[in-house]
Amino acid sequence: MKQCMERLYNGIVKENPCIILMLGMCPTLAVTTSAINGLGMGLSTLAVLIFSNLIISIMRNIIPDQVRLPAYIVIVATLVTIVDLLLQAYVPSIYSALGIYIPLIVVNCIILGRAEAYANKVPPMPAMFDGIGMGLGFTIALVVIGAAREILGSGTVFGTTVLPEFVEPIAIFGRAPGAFLVMAILVAILNGLGITTAANKKVEGCDGCCATCAKGCSNAGKEEN
Amino acid sequence: MDGSLFMIAITAALINNVVLSQFLGICSFLGVSKQIKNSASLGGAVIFVMAISSAVANLLYDYLLAPLGLEYLETIVFILVIAALVQMVEMFLKKTSPGIYQALGIYLPLITTNCAVLGVALTNVQNEYNLAQSVTAGVATAIGYTIAIVLLAGIRERINEEDLPAPFRGAPIVLLSAALMAIAFMGFGGLSF
Repeated sequence: MKQCMERLYNGIVKENPCIILMLGMCPTLAVTTSAINGLGMGLSTLAVLIFSNLIISIMRNIIPDQVRLPAYIVIVATLVTIVDLLLQAYVPSIYSALGIYIPLIVVNCIILGRAEAYANKVPPMPAMFDGIGMGLGFTIALVVIGAAREILGSGTVFGTTVLPEFVEPIAIFGRAPGAFLVMAILVAILNGLGITTAANKKVEGCDGCCATCAKGCSNAGKEEN
Repeated sequence: MDGSLFMIAITAALINNVVLSQFLGICSFLGVSKQIKNSASLGGAVIFVMAISSAVANLLYDYLLAPLGLEYLETIVFILVIAALVQMVEMFLKKTSPGIYQALGIYLPLITTNCAVLGVALTNVQNEYNLAQSVTAGVATAIGYTIAIVLLAGIRERINEEDLPAPFRGAPIVLLSAALMAIAFMGFGGLSF
């Protein structure tokens, strides 16, 4: 149980996938136009992450090492398709707001990253809690960024007006450039506070980007050949 | 004019720029934009892969998934096909044209996890494009990606020589540059035909 709580803390604070590890930047920037969209994306990713970690951990002794990445991709893509259909059926408003970014959860490097780095080495229980921790960390980060952009861009949070009438919202924060601006300021603040993120920690050949996952993919492919 | 190849190309390359307004392929956009030379090579590889993958994805969807009523499997099928395709392109280039392989080789594996490739395949299906339209959209999107990443690399080469405030060194200044580029690209939204 202690290990499970440690995984939650690790995912939400210590190794927050979005803010500290800088993974999954595409959905982070794309869907955070409002807090509710961030929440929808975060929870969808959370659901996929919990079950992918769980299934991959259960099957870790069955999947041959050489073909593990294609196998993981099939598992993740299946889960994403399930989430996609569920959202379409039960929350059509979120489904249409998130659009193409729901199927793109498949290529979110947080999910394959956790499978490679953690879930395929440990029993199902800690793997599942790692998924919950990482997923919650991602969700919280998306909601915070989404709320910041919503306040600045339209003066509301979750649709409720919070800014007084005479403050003119800055519409650009709700548009594409606002995503880059808010993320830049956020990372600059973390840098200023001396919090180590993947952005300021020099990792050889990684740059805090998906290149690491991709290298895993290419190496796995080469072993096959 | 809507649906004409020229219109699709301009929309995909400039108005809805894949990186600066759709936020696809951000990882490699931020990661491989230190030098103009490398980012241009990556752009070349992306153009190559996207042209092939959007053609293959379109054919698969129209002649396999749609007739069998399996449209909901598109995500699984596309990601597997793209991953396999990139591997095959890599092996093919290695055997037939070592010159191109030398130039693009190391970037090909990076593209498997580039969400822009899967994104284009899915958008094409959503817009109900035929084969010619899909390939045009794929190539134009990749050209848009190349324009964006080469421009950013140019900016970064200059910024490296400047004296920046400490908290803005590294990722923040790159993101700020991208924000200014995105504002500039918003101007293309005014294009009308």
